[in-house]
Amino acid sequence: MRALLVGECRAGRLAEEISELSGFAVALGAEASMLLVGSLDDLPSFEGRLYFADSREYGAYNPEAHKRLVMEVVGRERPDAVVFLHSSYGWDLAPRVAAAMNAAQVSGVTGIDGGGYTVDSCNGKMKRTVSPLTPNVVLTLQSGAFSSPKLSGVLEVVRIDADPGSKVEFLGCTQPEEVVDLSRARVIVSAGRGIGKQEHVDLVRELAAALGGEVGASRPVVDAGWLERSRQIGITGQSVAPELYVACGISGAIQHVAGMKGSGFILAVNTDQDAPIAEVADVFVVADLVQFLPALTARIKARHGGSF
Amino acid sequence: MNILVCIKQVPDMGGRFAPNTFGTWFEDAGLVFRMNDCDEYAVEEAVRLKEQLGGTPDVTVLSIGPARVVETIRKALAMGCDRGVHVDDPSASERDPWQISSMIAGHAMSRQYDLIFTGMQSEDRGSAQVGVLVAERLGISCVTGTIGFGWRDGIVTAERELEGGLRGMMRLTAPALLTCQQGLNTPRYPTLPNIMKSKKKEVAVLRPEEVGLDGSLSSVAGFRTHEHKAAGLVLKGDSGDIADQVVALLDSKTTVLRRGGVR
Repeated sequence: MRALLVGECRAGRLAEEISELSGFAVALGAEASMLLVGSLDDLPSFEGRLYFADSREYGAYNPEAHKRLVMEVVGRERPDAVVFLHSSYGWDLAPRVAAAMNAAQVSGVTGIDGGGYTVDSCNGKMKRTVSPLTPNVVLTLQSGAFSSPKLSGVLEVVRIDADPGSKVEFLGCTQPEEVVDLSRARVIVSAGRGIGKQEHVDLVRELAAALGGEVGASRPVVDAGWLERSRQIGITGQSVAPELYVACGISGAIQHVAGMKGSGFILAVNTDQDAPIAEVADVFVVADLVQFLPALTARIKARHGGSF
Repeated sequence: MNILVCIKQVPDMGGRFAPNTFGTWFEDAGLVFRMNDCDEYAVEEAVRLKEQLGGTPDVTVLSIGPARVVETIRKALAMGCDRGVHVDDPSASERDPWQISSMIAGHAMSRQYDLIFTGMQSEDRGSAQVGVLVAERLGISCVTGTIGFGWRDGIVTAERELEGGLRGMMRLTAPALLTCQQGLNTPRYPTLPNIMKSKKKEVAVLRPEEVGLDGSLSSVAGFRTHEHKAAGLVLKGDSGDIADQVVALLDSKTTVLRRGGVR
C-alpha cells in the first residue's frame, strides 16, 4: 500500500494536524510520501519524500493549480490512496482530485475497517463503513481521529512544478473581528441551537452571571445573530478550557467539542439524551432548559446571598 | 439568466436511527424529514439574487429521492424558486456521491445554468463531495463553504470560511457553482400566499436513467449506532431536584461555588 499525504498551510503556517496524516499512514501500514504547497522555511517533520511547491508561486488558495500539483505527484508515485485532512483545504481539493483520478472518495475518515474506512453519519449519532470499488481511493481524515507518530528519519525534498493558472482569483483573507478572550474564564456557560429561541439566551446569561462566568456560543447561535461571533467556541472560534463548562442545548458537533473538550468539568443540558455531547460530559442533565436553568440559577444565587 | 439550486431532504437529526435490513442506511419509519440545513442557505441566496435582479433570473430547484422529497421541493418553491425538478429515485440513499453528482450534472449539462447553488454538505452523510463533483463534471469554477456572495454582471465575489474565523475572499466568472454554508444568510420562512402560489408551480419528474445515472465507486456496510462513551452521570426528572443534585456536584467536584475560590 502506498499513500500520498497532502499537507497544508493555514494563514501562511504549517497546519498542526499534518502529523495526523502520518499517523494514519502508520495505522494503514502504508509507505508514505507527502506533498506540501508551502514555504521551505516551515517544513513538517516527516520521513521520506516530500514533494514541494512554493505557495508564493501557487497561492494559498488555488485549488485548480493545487490539483495539478497533486496529479503531477500521483503520476510519479502511483499511490493507492491520496490522503487529505478534512479541513477547508482538504474537503475543497479532495473531490477535484478524486474526479481527476476516477477514484472513490471517502470523507471524514475516523478509522480503518478491513478494506474499508469508518465514517460518522447523522451528526455523529451513527457510523458506517465505506469501501472503495475503485483501484485507488481519495480520503479526508476527521481531525483528532489518528494520533501523531514519533518521526526521526530524513526528509528528502523534491521540487515539483505545474501550471499555476486559475479561473478563480484569490483576493486575500480577512481577519476575524475583535475577540472576547474566553481563554481565561473560570466558568463558561454556552448556548447552542437547542436553546430554541433568542429570548432563552437570557437564561444562559443569568446562569453565567450567577456563576461569575462568561457566556459562550456554538456556531448556529452566532449565525442566527443571537450572540456575538466573538463568543463562538470551536474550530472556527476559540478554544477554551475553563474549570466548569455548561453546554446548554449543544448537540456536540465535532467542530464545537474540539474547542471545549479540555474543560475541567462539563455539564450538559439537553433534551436529546443521544446527543454526542454526552461523550465529553461529566454530568448530563436531560431536561427542558427553560425550567432547569432558572432552577439552577436560583439555587446558586441563594448560595451567594443574591450576588456573586 | 438561469440558476439551479440542488437540495436534499434529510431526517431531523434529533430522531432515532434504526439500520435497514442490509445495514447500508436507516429505515425511514419514525423519522421526520425536512430540507438539509446548508441547502436552505443555497435556496435563500438564489432567491435573494433573483430579487436583486428584479425577478429576471429563472430559478430551478432540483432534488433526488423517493416521492417524499417533493414536499421539500415545494418548500423551496414557496421560498421563491420558480420550478422544480424531481429525479424520482427510490434508491437514492444507496447512491454514492459520484452517482448523485452524475444525475445533477446530467440534468445541468444541456441547460446553460449561469449559477448553481448547493449546500456545502448534508447533515446525514456529511461527505461535502457532491457540489464539487458536479462542478468538475461540468468543467466550471467552484467555491466551497461559501459564507458571502456578491454578483455583478456575471462576476461573482465569494467569501469562504477558513479555520480560526478567517474568511478567504475570491472573484470568479460565471458559470460557477457555490456550495453554501451556515453564516451566508438567514433563510426566510415561506409566507402563506407564497405557499399557496407554490402549489401551482411546475415540478418535472425524471427517472435516474434519463439524467445519466453512473455506476457507483464505493459500497457501504455496517450502518450502526456510534457508541459514544456515556456521560459520567445522567440526571433526569424534576428540574428542581436535578438542580439540587447539580449544586451538590459542583460543590464536591469543582471550586466554582466557593466565593472568590481558587483554581
